[in-house]
Amino acid sequence: MRTAVPEFPEARLRELADRYAAAVAAKRRRVWLGSAVLIAAAIAAGWMGDVNLGNFVENFWRLPAYFASIAPKFSFSTAWVDLSEWLWGLPRWTRLLGDTLLIAYMGTLSGAICGFALCFLASANLVRSRTTVFVTRRFLEFCRTVPDIVFALIFVLAFGLGPLPGVLAIAIHTTGALGKQFAEVVENIDSKPIEGVAASGGSWFQIVRFGAVPQVLSNFVSYALLRFEINVRGAAVMGFVGAGGIGQDLIEAVRKFYYTDVSAILLLIVVTVMLIDFVTERVRHRLLGLEGSAA
Amino acid sequence: MNSFSFENQAGIVERHPDLFRPDWWHRGKIAIGVGGVVALFLFGIVQLDIPFHRLSDGMVRLGGFVRLMLPPHPGSWAEVLKYLHALGETVSIAFLGTLGGALLALPVSLLAARNVVANRIVHLLTRRSLDTIRGVDTLIWALIWVGIVGLGPFAGILAVICSDFGTFGKLFSEAIEAADKNPAEGVRSSGGSHLHSVRFGLLPQVFPILLSQVLYYFESNTRSATIIGIVGAGGIGLQLAEQIRVLEWQKVSFLILLILMTVSAIDWISGKLRFAIIGHRPIA
Repeated sequence: MRTAVPEFPEARLRELADRYAAAVAAKRRRVWLGSAVLIAAAIAAGWMGDVNLGNFVENFWRLPAYFASIAPKFSFSTAWVDLSEWLWGLPRWTRLLGDTLLIAYMGTLSGAICGFALCFLASANLVRSRTTVFVTRRFLEFCRTVPDIVFALIFVLAFGLGPLPGVLAIAIHTTGALGKQFAEVVENIDSKPIEGVAASGGSWFQIVRFGAVPQVLSNFVSYALLRFEINVRGAAVMGFVGAGGIGQDLIEAVRKFYYTDVSAILLLIVVTVMLIDFVTERVRHRLLGLEGSAA
Repeated sequence: MNSFSFENQAGIVERHPDLFRPDWWHRGKIAIGVGGVVALFLFGIVQLDIPFHRLSDGMVRLGGFVRLMLPPHPGSWAEVLKYLHALGETVSIAFLGTLGGALLALPVSLLAARNVVANRIVHLLTRRSLDTIRGVDTLIWALIWVGIVGLGPFAGILAVICSDFGTFGKLFSEAIEAADKNPAEGVRSSGGSHLHSVRFGLLPQVFPILLSQVLYYFESNTRSATIIGIVGAGGIGLQLAEQIRVLEWQKVSFLILLILMTVSAIDWISGKLRFAIIGHRPIA
């Protein structure tokens, strides 16, 4: 075996070993430096954020206690009665959950339509004017960086309480988020169909309609579904600022210490969100699968 | 709009009848789909009782608000300092929340990954509890924590830790499941224990991906940390909600401007760091 492995002279070997040690040491130094920066930043952030471990340790038992107190009272002999008592508000909560879903749906749909209209203006491969692209992009950025619930707070003052401000707030946020994702999809498309339509004399709208849209539609729908999923969660808390849906009842139940109601509403929200996640994921995989088989 | 036509168009139509015959089955499906979407939207308008007469009034009022917002003005220097402090709180909430969530999620995601822990029941239970935690919005977690540790940014940090724990657990376990299993097998075959194979075969592969995901979420958590102040969990959202309630529009626009600048600054920094760590690779 020894003959098969080339043996380096002693000096060369030492040099290689030294270099290896140096490389390891350098890597180790980098890791230590990175950890030190991270820890320093964490301490600074902890000081800034009033982290109070004493308070935490003192009060941590209240988290399980809280969950224990919101848990419904069940006893085996009267399970059915207990269950119906726990979910006493089921008809009302189901209706409110339906409202929440509708708020998310209407907001997502309006936002997706606006985002669809704007995304072509924000794609550098379709629009020659740099100004248009820049302005559209900044507008979309503004729409998605301001959180939807801040829009909802302002809209509640302008349009009054109810689902309307919730729908509008979600629509604006969705416009920003989807507009950006759509534009990224459009910028990655194949340019041949576009050139084809342009070469046969198509106008800008015809280029978009026949050159770009058929390529991106299934991707767009998949992104819109993902956004719907996110918006369902967002719509569930819209009620906190008076913008409709189940959030209103939840925050009331929390503030007024209707313990078992809190757990019932939370359970309903979690179950709904999971169901929506499950269904949209299935549909999205099918959509993307369709695209894969067509290509 | 019939700007171009072929001389022998009739001949082409005759030779390829399939291409020119309208496909009613396909069109019908599209019509039903679009009709369903529109019908659900109309149902929403009726069901939610959307007051359209208020829409025009609201727009006028909104225009008035925007006029009052200009130019953005913080009031006084003392208030600028207060807002900057609140901003620092927000960034701290996002930072510590993301860090804590990631640190807690790492061991749990190993439990949830099928290629690390083969036990079906452990796998399923971990996944479902992560899903449950993730299904509760950050704002709801904030509400719960405010009740436990009191008002202030600490409640916000704990809330972000909770919701990130759920998200990271899922993302990490997916990244771990997608990892190449050859290095881990190599470690096992040279006599390493199961833990060794995880430490030396698996983690070095997935660590850059996890780090990049954490940085990505730091960005998006800065956005969500700006609002949890609305339920009293500290940060700039508290100031923002207060100023909106007392109709100090110039301060509102100043605060929004401040948030926009901070979020884009953090976007930029974490984007740079992400590319420095893993190069230009998309988030899986």
